Amino acid sequence: MQIQPILAALRHHRTAAFLIGMEIALACAILCNALFMITSRLDMMHVDSGVDESRLVTVWLEGVDDASATDLAARLRAGFAGLAGVDSVGIGNAVPFTQRTGEMGFRLVADDMHYNQQGHFYVGGPQFAATLGLKLASGRWFRPDEYGAISEFLPRSPSAMVDAAYAKKLWPGQDPLGKMVYSGTDGYRVIGTYASLVRPDPYPQAQHNTLLLAGTPGKGLASVYVLRTTPEQAARVWNDARALVTRIAPTVVIDPIHSGPMTDLRRAYFAADRAMAGMLVGVIAALLLVTALGIVGLASFWVAQRRKQIGVRRALGATRGDILHYFQTENFLIVTGGIALGMLLAFGLNLFLMKHYELPRLPLSYLPVGAIALWLLGQLAVLGPALRAAAVPPVVATRSV
Amino acid sequence: MLGYYLDLALRSLKRNKVLTALMVLAIAVGIGASMTTLTVMQLLSGDPLPGRSAHIYYPQLDPETGADVRKAPPDMLDYITAHDLWQSGKADRQAMVMDGTIKVQPELAGQVPFMATLVGTTSDFFPMFGVPFRYGGSWTAADGAAAARQVVISDVLNQRLFGGANSVGRTIVLNGASVQVVGVLDHWRPRPRFYLLAGARNSGGDTSFYYGKSHDVFLPVSTGLDINAGNFGWYTCWAKPDRMDLQHAPCESVALWVQLDTPAKAAAYRRYLDAYDAQQRELGRLTHPANTRMMSLQAWLAYQNVVPGDVKLQTWLAFGFLLVCLFNTVGLLLAKFLRRGGEIGVRRALGATRHAIFIQCLTEAGVIGLLGGIGGLLLTLLGLALVRRQPVEYADIVALNVPMFLFTLMLAVVAALLAGALPALRASRIPPALQLKTL
Repeated sequence: MQIQPILAALRHHRTAAFLIGMEIALACAILCNALFMITSRLDMMHVDSGVDESRLVTVWLEGVDDASATDLAARLRAGFAGLAGVDSVGIGNAVPFTQRTGEMGFRLVADDMHYNQQGHFYVGGPQFAATLGLKLASGRWFRPDEYGAISEFLPRSPSAMVDAAYAKKLWPGQDPLGKMVYSGTDGYRVIGTYASLVRPDPYPQAQHNTLLLAGTPGKGLASVYVLRTTPEQAARVWNDARALVTRIAPTVVIDPIHSGPMTDLRRAYFAADRAMAGMLVGVIAALLLVTALGIVGLASFWVAQRRKQIGVRRALGATRGDILHYFQTENFLIVTGGIALGMLLAFGLNLFLMKHYELPRLPLSYLPVGAIALWLLGQLAVLGPALRAAAVPPVVATRSV
Repeated sequence: MLGYYLDLALRSLKRNKVLTALMVLAIAVGIGASMTTLTVMQLLSGDPLPGRSAHIYYPQLDPETGADVRKAPPDMLDYITAHDLWQSGKADRQAMVMDGTIKVQPELAGQVPFMATLVGTTSDFFPMFGVPFRYGGSWTAADGAAAARQVVISDVLNQRLFGGANSVGRTIVLNGASVQVVGVLDHWRPRPRFYLLAGARNSGGDTSFYYGKSHDVFLPVSTGLDINAGNFGWYTCWAKPDRMDLQHAPCESVALWVQLDTPAKAAAYRRYLDAYDAQQRELGRLTHPANTRMMSLQAWLAYQNVVPGDVKLQTWLAFGFLLVCLFNTVGLLLAKFLRRGGEIGVRRALGATRHAIFIQCLTEAGVIGLLGGIGGLLLTLLGLALVRRQPVEYADIVALNVPMFLFTLMLAVVAALLAGALPALRASRIPPALQLKTL
């Protein structure tokens, strides 16, 4: 197949070819960036929480009175533990997929008063880590004597645990065990790391920057309960737990947004991301459809316009395959031109989005994906008109005039 | 003549129904997508206080004393600064604003307590922001100073507690304390909930929260400190607070709004703010370098970047999409008009001017635009219905407005005319003799 005559013919349809090329270029730019945004959202939605989500039920209480907190925590803990199907009950200040309650700046050096680090401090009672199903990565868990009463947000306790991956970032190349973390005048010694625990409100820029402190349930640590059960019983346990709270603690209020089986909490937490990803998929589908229809329309016109020339070519000995290939190659050339420009546009668009919407850089691997998608789309769209062109009989050359 | 062109356009469109449908559909989809996002965008980026916002300002300074010094002053003030500035009364109106949640104990037996959103503020809040009352009114400045047990409640809470009846004078129990209702708000849903925006700029564009319902309970700051001491939200703290004492904690938790009716007054207040800052520095209460700022309400909204990032992204995407649809339509129209070379040649030979041909082609493009616009409008309605089902705080207020409806139609026609201009120009320049020869 010779490209020269095709290019020569295209020169006669400069404007139309340019328009369809521009359409492809724009579609390519939008497609690459939208695909990238969808995968980023999906990645975010599949963030590893580090806990046994399907086994967990959270009860988040509001309006807990400080004076009666110790008594309330003891009664609720015992009550929840007595529910059928509940294996253990933990008390903490937050759980994944709810809201931040312990976000704090901290320091790694005692006498440098600059708060260079920021993370989420989970505070958990004795059963908290085991109930969540955290896995020990190094060091050890808290000893019973390390749990301290809460004094303004944080427990009076000498020890801390850190997310293993986060510890690598805080102390690159060093063993985190024995290292110190400072907040205010208090210092916490790292006694162990857990494999993974996501922050309560993961977002693209921060996911596993968490620490865990050991707190005694009571004043300041009596609002968030996490119940461990089996996946099958989670829904029933949640109903039972709700009923139990109304019965034995009628003065507190269940926070409906942050309570429930953790699989539900996760789904609700990412609802907006899911909706946005769905919308992007819709945009991509509509975009590809419009582009394909544009190609079909234009190719049909060109076929109709060149009916006589096609007849002449056929009469002069061109096979059906030649005609078919002619239109396919023509389409390929236009789409290729569009894609070349589209890649530049895609990067331009990405730079713009990076500047204004805190999006990361578009990985190069998205460009070939977009290119192949558009090449395929172009070939599919042109196939119909090209087949119609190939079906033009040579006798057309002798008609009219 | 236009009637004739319309007739010609309709005939031509009917001749190739599939292609016509294609062009109309492309415009409709493009218009539908861009109009949906534009409607949402316009809804969320509007002026929350039309007619008032120009006189509302947000004074700031850096009250922190820690080792870390911020580039911009923090988004809220500490209680002492806010209270000093508020008490000075230098502005035409001024209000402190802090928020939290509070437990409401219904008086009827059998009803469970629930949490309500709470604003602690001062009496100027209501006249300054033009907050509408259905029953009663605000507490007085004197009541506020005396920490009177008085509250203003929202229409939503009034509906829930009193079935919507006039509840002025009734008592409600908040966090165990009995307080008297002195006012019930009419429906009030500023977009965004501008009076408490601190931190929006740091939320990575996830700001749909700030478009939620306005607060349920409004009570005097002094009363709030009495009955809700530990439960007000703190924006941030620069050191670990020793005790849960909002008035003296090293924390920012209060927003201060001032109304300044003339530019001269605004300039004078700005000088006063600087003078206060300098004085406090001399006294040693403030230690960081001077960093005062006073933004207007509109500037504050822009600075806080409060329009959700997803919405802005969708708008850009939709307009990119519209552009693709337009390129598509231009291409198709061009092919279509040029294919009619013979017909145009005959008309030219019979004496039609280039101008007449141009108008005829544009008429056809305009008809396509109009049809596309109507389709786009239907798709916009569909799109808005989809947005209303999205899990975002502002979903319930999304609706098509009439100016937007007219704008849709106009945009579609203009877009189609633009798309048709080039092909029409090309068609009108076809030399008649050449075309007639090939006929």
